Amino acid sequence: MEDAAARLARDPRYVALVRRRGRFTTVLTVIMLVVYFGFVLTIAFDKALLARSVSGGATSWGIPVGLGVIALAIVLTGLYVWRANRDFDPVIDALGREYGA
Amino acid sequence: MRRGPLALAASLTLLPISGAHAHAIGPAVQQATNWTAIGMFAAFVALTLAITRWAARRTRTVSDFYTAGGGITGFQNGLAIAGDFMSAASFLGISAQIYADGYDGLIYSIGFLVGWPILLFLMAERLRNLGRFTFADVASFRFAQTPVRMVAACSTLLVVLFYLIAQMVGAGQLIRLLFGLPYGYAVVIVGVLMTMYVLFGGMTATTWVQIVKAMMLLGAASFMAIAVLARFGFSPEALFARAVEVKTALAALAGAGPDEAVAKGRAIMGPGGFIKDPVSAISIGAALMFGTAGLPHILMRFFTVPNAKAARSSVLWATGWIGYFYILTFVIGFGAIVLVATDPGFLEADGALRGGSNMAAIHLAQAVGGNLFLGFISAVAFATILAVVAGLTLSGASAVSHDLYATVIKKGQADSASELRVSRVTVFVLAVVAILLGILFEKQNVAFMVSLAFALAASANFPVLLLSLLWSGCTTRGVVAGGLVGLLTALVLTILSPAIWVTVLGHAAPIFPYGSPTIFSMPLAFLTIWLVSITDRSGRAAVDKAGYPAQRIRSETGIGASGALDH
Repeated sequence: MEDAAARLARDPRYVALVRRRGRFTTVLTVIMLVVYFGFVLTIAFDKALLARSVSGGATSWGIPVGLGVIALAIVLTGLYVWRANRDFDPVIDALGREYGA
Repeated sequence: MRRGPLALAASLTLLPISGAHAHAIGPAVQQATNWTAIGMFAAFVALTLAITRWAARRTRTVSDFYTAGGGITGFQNGLAIAGDFMSAASFLGISAQIYADGYDGLIYSIGFLVGWPILLFLMAERLRNLGRFTFADVASFRFAQTPVRMVAACSTLLVVLFYLIAQMVGAGQLIRLLFGLPYGYAVVIVGVLMTMYVLFGGMTATTWVQIVKAMMLLGAASFMAIAVLARFGFSPEALFARAVEVKTALAALAGAGPDEAVAKGRAIMGPGGFIKDPVSAISIGAALMFGTAGLPHILMRFFTVPNAKAARSSVLWATGWIGYFYILTFVIGFGAIVLVATDPGFLEADGALRGGSNMAAIHLAQAVGGNLFLGFISAVAFATILAVVAGLTLSGASAVSHDLYATVIKKGQADSASELRVSRVTVFVLAVVAILLGILFEKQNVAFMVSLAFALAASANFPVLLLSLLWSGCTTRGVVAGGLVGLLTALVLTILSPAIWVTVLGHAAPIFPYGSPTIFSMPLAFLTIWLVSITDRSGRAAVDKAGYPAQRIRSETGIGASGALDH
């Protein structure tokens, strides 16, 4: 078992999987952090900005921006699941068959 | 044993009883409503007790009790997570905040959502691959079991207690309004029912109560949001414009000059007092975002699915449902401004909401759907509380029985039957404590109490989990020191903050001025883990670091997991 683990750790497919997935999740995490804290800090530094009316009516810029952050959270989550199912799972399944899941 | 808390509950609420009765004396319509609400709630209780009975027959081992045998699908778990997360504090507290301040409520609810992608990207699959019953399984994977488990159990219990208090307060206020019952009785009813679900049905019953509740809540909230929008020709602009008008008129009525009234009306469309300064902004944001990834009752849900793929899809379902729910809550809050704040039947003489500040959504239900729908939404809100407290209690009980009893005290040698017994006793004790604290914290804003739990989760559990998963140099001493520092800093700063130091303890000024401690306590926890780990020259540290490669492979691929995990 220890041998299999050591061999798996050196397997190029495993190394590539960890690197690709790590890069992908890092990018997605950074996008979410930047957007959310950007949103919150925008409010902290300039409250009036998001209170401004979109087109002269009651609806303020805060509405589309806020809904956009909600939509982005769902979209990023979906993007990860889509790629993981398509791209990462087959590699993991193959490694599992070979090294004993 | 059960009569003790009941009697105490009754005596502690002597004063509120008279107040509640004063509220209950109203038009005859109000009385009829009560029976509808009681009937619908009784139907929900009957259904959930039937589920519990069914689940009880399938709950034999600790694995059944903690994780429903790991047989929940990704879709089911996504709904259950949503049911676990969309608490009474979300539904009543956030819609009430939007009713009072408008846009601020949306800022608050966005914070609750953005933690989910982070949880997925960094943790969900690794948790499933490494853990069995509790997040401490993962946090302590390659470390010395006793100290890490003790820290994890302490933080789990504290987070669970704060969260429970918020749910109990919501339940008490709700039932006082709807049934004319004293606050304390409602708290006791919730305590007794949640004890029954968890005690007999374990995770299977808890999961299905959460799924049923999630579907009821999403259905009812969808109906309310659609009903509100339908009155404005499905034009959000028309709804917002009318809400601004109403707030302007109310401000003028309260004695504001014409310009001031217009400004106050307009203020609900933009950020208000919720985010005061950049420090508070980042602090509250970090608490909500990283707290989600550290809530023990949420993390526990990832052990109920068979594999990492199902864990992944449960987060997508959960994020979708929760995001949709917050959009509905926003419409409901604005609907309440338009339809509730303008109707004297829902208001006290001074313009405050009847039944307390958290009742905006409940009154709106009557405004758009009549007494029958009011009955339904009341039952839903009560069901919401029950589903959440059941999940919390189960998570608290597992920390005591699995982490403290089976692992720390019995060194992993406990038999399934005695571990189950300890778990069930803990459930009972937690219920009694939750009832007493629910009564003690009656006057607190429920949405705010939840953010205290998030601050603790973000400051103690999140740094410990993240570094134990991702940093090979992390050691036992590091996570123990960092976890304790994060927990204590967050706790002490919270006690010194306005919410407890001023509001509860009655001091004139807070010692710690910010709304959330997280901007200080979370980085301090990370720093402590790092500093203590790199200076750790003990023999244990060498073992901890040597264990990383094997943990890494299993966390990334799940290989090596199934043999140990199949039940």
